[in-house]
Amino acid sequence: MKIAIASGKGGTGKSTVAANLAYTIARSRDVVLVDCDVEEPNLHLFFPAPAVDVPVTTPVPEIDPDRCTLCGECGRFCRFGALAVVKDCVLTFPHLCHSCGGCTLVCPQGAIREVPRTIGRVACSRPLPRLVLVSGILNEGEVQAPAVIRAAKMFAEGHPLILYDASPGIACPVIETLEGSDFCLLVTESTPFGLHDLRLAVEVAETLGIPAGIVINRSDGEDAATVAFAQEHNLPILMTIPFSREIAAVQNRGGLIGRDLPGWEERFTDLFTGVSP
Amino acid sequence: MIRLAVVSGKGGTGKTMVAAALADVSNVPQILADCDVDAANLSLLLAPRRLTTEEFRGLEVARIDLDVCRDCGICADRCRFGAIVRRDDAWAVDPLHCEGCGVCAYVCPMGAISMEPRVCGEIYTSATDLGPLAHARLFPGSGNSGLLVTEVKKRAMALSGGADLLLADGPPGIGCPLIATVSGMDAVLAVTEPGISALHDLERLVTVCRRFGVRISVAINRFDLAEDICAKIEEYCEAEGIRVVGKIPFDPAVVETVREGRPVTRTGSPAAAAIRALRDTLFVEFGLS
Repeated sequence: MKIAIASGKGGTGKSTVAANLAYTIARSRDVVLVDCDVEEPNLHLFFPAPAVDVPVTTPVPEIDPDRCTLCGECGRFCRFGALAVVKDCVLTFPHLCHSCGGCTLVCPQGAIREVPRTIGRVACSRPLPRLVLVSGILNEGEVQAPAVIRAAKMFAEGHPLILYDASPGIACPVIETLEGSDFCLLVTESTPFGLHDLRLAVEVAETLGIPAGIVINRSDGEDAATVAFAQEHNLPILMTIPFSREIAAVQNRGGLIGRDLPGWEERFTDLFTGVSP
Repeated sequence: MIRLAVVSGKGGTGKTMVAAALADVSNVPQILADCDVDAANLSLLLAPRRLTTEEFRGLEVARIDLDVCRDCGICADRCRFGAIVRRDDAWAVDPLHCEGCGVCAYVCPMGAISMEPRVCGEIYTSATDLGPLAHARLFPGSGNSGLLVTEVKKRAMALSGGADLLLADGPPGIGCPLIATVSGMDAVLAVTEPGISALHDLERLVTVCRRFGVRISVAINRFDLAEDICAKIEEYCEAEGIRVVGKIPFDPAVVETVREGRPVTRTGSPAAAAIRALRDTLFVEFGLS
């Protein structure tokens, strides 16, 4: 089973839920936790352990100046602005390249070949006997987050139980993460911002046809609007985590409430049962 | 004019709350932009009155004319994004995956594939009590969010005649939309919070922002929730030569005013006082009165 943890709005507690859920599950069975928030991966902070790094590369064009006739076909074809043919050479802008391979197809001289370019890495570790952590990490300044997410997910592929921690937002990185998931846990907070962005996240899950459930985090008891929204969309509220300075303190220091505070391991076990009865 | 983006790395640290409050007390002619097009929330605090709405067209999307298609599958072989799929015993384009590169249309021997315009969202300009606002809505699941950010910034610049400040509420993360937000700005205000995740994310954000040569300042939100980690953030900033221009206490008035849809600076609460002080420190640095 593959469970994605997403939110729309940032900072609602996706990583808190993902880390605690993974910790709790790993007490009794094997689980792989994949950090798909490759722009700002944080799960390794909750599970410090030595990791093996594997680079993530993406193919980008390299021009053979001896064959190139400066005909301009490649620059005209590229819709991403990654190639520009100027007076005496072809300029490439690898940061803009989407690795579609179009330039190599259209070059009449066969003067373009693709070479790998490193854009990030995947770090694999085993912080607990039954937990494998796979973190996708985008290099600073790179924009191809989906390629790193794809690579990180590939490392976990085939395992019977996988958790994906998504990035905030509703665009391509989130789609890449949710793809292929059997269930999506949407973590929200009871503010107009939280609800506004929850609506968008629900739309994404619906578009992809993935069943979803809600976790309300940092609740101050004023959850009526979120509860009404959940009922209207027929989404179960699977867990409510209250705001408390004690929980915030554990979380801020990189602790796990499922391990460090009494009662929470059971509640995360119940959450897992709610997702996978 | 000073162009300032409020950013954070980690989501949920209080970017939008700080941006709206700063706009509320800036006291200079200004133009506002919501560059978090994935989850645009700034308008929820500013009661905007919509002036214009435009379609946002991202990169094109492929379309297969099944009357012409001979089912050879070359398009599916060549597509690197898995966007050509088998549906009802025929080839079809999955728009969620199509990046609009045009390879399929190029390789199709029958000329059955065309590239069509794709509407990925809407771009708005609005009037608010605090100044004009450029904002947008990305349709859920659409790509091209960086491109949409660039369009929002263009609208903001077009409205900026006579303004001393362009204030942009940025996206979380350090990827495509963040880079589109920061490029061309004069300064960023990074809003962080005392947690090890937020500090880790701040460090990555600073690395990216440095490449754009923007002036970087830091505000620590909810600083009193973990004073020891707050001290670590201040140590980090000092080592990097980054000024901490404000520390905002945890304050229930923040959530209350978000629920009321107004900036926190409309109250006399501790967070409001801290943001007024932050405004003064920041504006002296910018040479704005």
